[in-house]
Amino acid sequence: MQTAVKKETESSEWIEIGHINDIPRLGARVVSAGDFNIAVFRTENDEIFALRDECPHKGGPLSQGIVHGKRVACPLHDWKIHLDSGEAVAPDEGCAASYPVRIDGDAIYLSLTPKKGCPNK
Amino acid sequence: MKEKLVLIGNGMAGVRTLENLLELEPDMYDITVFGSEPYGNYNRILLSPVLTGEKTIDEIMLNDDAWYAENKITLHKGKTVTKIDRKQRKVIADDGTEVEYDRLLIATGSHPFIIPVPGHDLPGVIAFRDINDVDFMLAAAKEHRHAVVIGGGLLGLEAAYGLIQQGMKVTVIHLMDTLMERQLDSAAGKMLKKSLEARGLEFLLAASTKEIIGKKRVQGVLLEDGREATADLVVMAVGIRPNIDLAKSAMLHCERGLVVNDTMQTYDPRVYALGECVQHRNEVYGLVAPLFEQAKVCANHLAHLGYAKYEGSMTSTKLKVTGIDLFSAGDFHGDEDTEEVVMQDVAGGVYKKIVIRDNKIIGAVMYGDTIDGAWYFQLMRDGTDISDMRNHLLYGQAHLGDAGHGGENAVMAMSDDMEICGCNGVCKGDIVKAITTKGLFTLDDVRAHTKASSSCGSCTGLVEQLLATTLGSDYSDAPRKTPMCACTDHPHDEVRTGIIANQIKTIPEVMKHFEWKTENGCPKCRPALNYYLVCAWPDTYKDDGQSRFINERVHANIQKDGTYSVIPRMWGGDTTAKDLMSLAKIAEKYDVPTIHVTGGQRIDFLGIEKETLPKIWGDLSAAGFVSGHAYGKAMRTVKTCVGSEWCRFGTQNSTQMGIDLEKMSWGSWMPHKFKMAVSGCPRNCAEATIKDFGVVCVDSGYELHIGGNGGIKVRATDFLCNVTTPEEVIEYSAAFIQLYREDAHYLERTAPWVERIGLTSIKEQIVDNEVGRQKLAERFHFSQKYSQDDPWTQRAKGAEAHEFVPMKQVG
Ligand code: SRM
Ligand SMILES: Cc1cc2nc3c(=O)[nH]c(=O)nc-3n(C[C@H](O)[C@H](O)[C@H](O)COP(=O)(O)OP(=O)(O)OC[C@H]3O[C@@H](n4cnc5c(N)ncnc54)[C@H](O)[C@@H]3O)c2cc1C
Ligand code: SF4
Ligand code: FES
Repeated sequence: MQTAVKKETESSEWIEIGHINDIPRLGARVVSAGDFNIAVFRTENDEIFALRDECPHKGGPLSQGIVHGKRVACPLHDWKIHLDSGEAVAPDEGCAASYPVRIDGDAIYLSLTPKKGCPNK
Repeated sequence: MKEKLVLIGNGMAGVRTLENLLELEPDMYDITVFGSEPYGNYNRILLSPVLTGEKTIDEIMLNDDAWYAENKITLHKGKTVTKIDRKQRKVIADDGTEVEYDRLLIATGSHPFIIPVPGHDLPGVIAFRDINDVDFMLAAAKEHRHAVVIGGGLLGLEAAYGLIQQGMKVTVIHLMDTLMERQLDSAAGKMLKKSLEARGLEFLLAASTKEIIGKKRVQGVLLEDGREATADLVVMAVGIRPNIDLAKSAMLHCERGLVVNDTMQTYDPRVYALGECVQHRNEVYGLVAPLFEQAKVCANHLAHLGYAKYEGSMTSTKLKVTGIDLFSAGDFHGDEDTEEVVMQDVAGGVYKKIVIRDNKIIGAVMYGDTIDGAWYFQLMRDGTDISDMRNHLLYGQAHLGDAGHGGENAVMAMSDDMEICGCNGVCKGDIVKAITTKGLFTLDDVRAHTKASSSCGSCTGLVEQLLATTLGSDYSDAPRKTPMCACTDHPHDEVRTGIIANQIKTIPEVMKHFEWKTENGCPKCRPALNYYLVCAWPDTYKDDGQSRFINERVHANIQKDGTYSVIPRMWGGDTTAKDLMSLAKIAEKYDVPTIHVTGGQRIDFLGIEKETLPKIWGDLSAAGFVSGHAYGKAMRTVKTCVGSEWCRFGTQNSTQMGIDLEKMSWGSWMPHKFKMAVSGCPRNCAEATIKDFGVVCVDSGYELHIGGNGGIKVRATDFLCNVTTPEEVIEYSAAFIQLYREDAHYLERTAPWVERIGLTSIKEQIVDNEVGRQKLAERFHFSQKYSQDDPWTQRAKGAEAHEFVPMKQVG
């Protein structure tokens, strides 16, 4: 498996969360972080993205949506969310916090410090 | 170096093309725009409400200067291009500005036609085309009293109505003896005249203008027959001519308009053109809906995508005069080969005429009650065979069993705070505001911006009406070919036939074959393709879970809080003490928060955490239960009544009949959900006549009913036929189910499907054709061999385990 995404983060708190094949292509898995979940997505081309598992609309679990291109459709009311930024696809407005992901070989690492700029509301 | 694109004509068609292009390729071109008018881009359609005073100029701006700046477009306002030098590939404007191009886009619109009678150039004589004209009329209305409008068409009447609103006394002069003869037949024209007279307009019909009289300024209009009208202002609204002067001078091939092909290219491959100035397949258009379709195609080619094709449009019109409801579309005059159905209620002010050829609607005129205009237009565009609904066609869709809130209120009569979309709580005022302030033109635009009509869809008709009344015409796409979704240009039927004809076996192969425009589709097309493949290759296709909506992927219904519901089958709504005790024990063991008896005669466990699902399913499976597919586009429930076993009126064993039907059909995937019911007698306690397939037992056997729906739009079933034995019920139902599975579009329930293809066609295939019926039934039974493997038991044993457990626990 080639390295698909490398993302820089200031923090060094990378946590290994599993292997790339733990997530189905065009699918997602959930990482449980205590009081909230993080959805980890895998695209057709094996890019990995992590978003807070709460839709900016009414909190729908994004991990349960249909992944297409670099977007996911929320299962509750079908808002589309950009996987890379966590922003809702226009004209909807809002964002889901986005978490840095690093891939090393087949292993996926996640940082629990969300990228700046999104209050997840 | 970027390529250079120059647009001549800063109007509705040209700028719409740029918008579409920027969406596709924001950085491909250096763009320059020339516009004769000294403004940004505005919504010309809404000049009429500006004239009446209902709107201001600011409110009708579509793109202001900031928009051009943001998109790095150079705008030359108030400059008219006077020369195109095709050799050196540059355009030259009246002030000497020269700009080079790699691609040129001509969208110069139309010239209003001015009748060259003596006096036509007197001060006070104008057309109705742009902001300038409206300013002029508003100023004239302040100082003067008498206005004459020459031309009783759409534009003329809107001008006349506007001037009356501004306090002028207005006379309309029209060459023909009925108004709007291009949109209305004479009966409707007369009704229109009456209501406009009631609003204060005066008319001189069958009137040919001889001269406009006046010395320094217009004073009146003289007709050929000697009649005269006083005027301080004359508005000529007698028609438009494609503005092709510039194109002609550049030696581009022109006929009535500048000639373009299906890719909106002129005879010079570097030069594209669209809008009112062009002639495409011999047609010139004067409404925005077709121009916007052209814009989409043109942008596609400018973006070097190269696959879109414009094939012409069908248009419908509405008059934007407050309080007057009028609709027309297609060929409403007819000829020897056509038939007409007409309803006329002069006192009530209602008139409807539908013109039919070969059982298809080819034109419609409506006055007074236009609520069904959008529906007739749809039937017309789809080429629907209307033989089965002929009798009630004129009464509208409401009388086809549409008891939803779709048809009750004429949208015009609604106040701004009345709710249109009950699912998303969107009011009329919100929608009208979005249409006008955000410059929306299509149903999809309104759905995206307001969410109205984006959920259950029952308010779609009302939203279309609002678009039509706000904007004045029907903004739907080109006729007949509605693509599956934005990822493709192919409609459902084409894709389905293609899958079988070319033996296509996977979703990526379908997308490749049909040149999908997106990487891997969208949530609309992927589930549809997955279903089409399941249906086509039941024995070999490997289901693609990632292309299923979450409910079907995990075989349970997601709830608003992210938990799930679990509904096991209760065959035919029957149960036993033992089954009930098993259910009770399981519910207790898992501390199920809510237990609910459903409308489908079974029991629902609500509020189950996702991780618990496989465990609870394991217990249910051990107790003999299978999945109820309450989550799927699949066979749902078979409701029954107690029938001849107990009921004093029962004629047959309806309970057993229902159980047999459910055992035969459970587990099968469908285009949409599918429900059945069997009632023991015509008292119909199981409500069989609002089901997709309903059986009503009678003394002599069984009545079979199809295409019912108890949901958003209540539709009672159509009667299919009578049969005498349970074996026949099984055979007919299997055949009907398979026909529906193979023919309907994904997410089309039997009710709209039956209406689309017609009861006659279904009877021919199921009732009249014995061999065909048996073949259909056989194919259904064949596919059932592969789908009656209980998905819950599989998952309880570990299938798809990744769905149900977190990948990792952190923090
Ligand atoms: C549970 C139940 C309500 C109840 O508590 O009784 C129910 C619940 C839902 N219905 Fe229903 N419907 C239920 C019987 C009905 C009935 C009555 C019937 O089947 O006799 C109808 C009208 C009959 C009909 O379908 O013609 C009905 C018409 C709808 C519709 C409108 C369908 C239509 O074609 O107009 C929807 C929306 C849709 O399918 O798009 C819907 C959708 C839904 C959904 C799936 C909404 C959703 O997408 O989440 C609800 C899921 C709740 C859940 O998680 O369990 N439900 N729904 C019933 C389950 C029956 C069962 O045992 O499987
Ligand atoms: C009052 C009114 C009401 C209408 N109501 C409706 C309605 O209800 N429904 C409907 O569908 N349609 C309606 N229409 C028609 C609709 O507005 C037109 O079909 C549409 O605007 C045509 O778009 P276009 O881009 O082809 O032309 P325009 O929008 O006319 O744009 C052409 C532009 O090019 C400029 N131009 C021309 N030549 C040059 C040149 N050489 N150099 C620089 N610039 C140039 C013109 O000044 C003009 O601004 C209405 C029109 C009017 C006037
Ligand atoms: S169960 Fe059916 S009627 Fe009730 S809220 Fe849900 S979809 Fe609406
Ligand atoms: S919660 Fe995601 S779309 Fe509503």
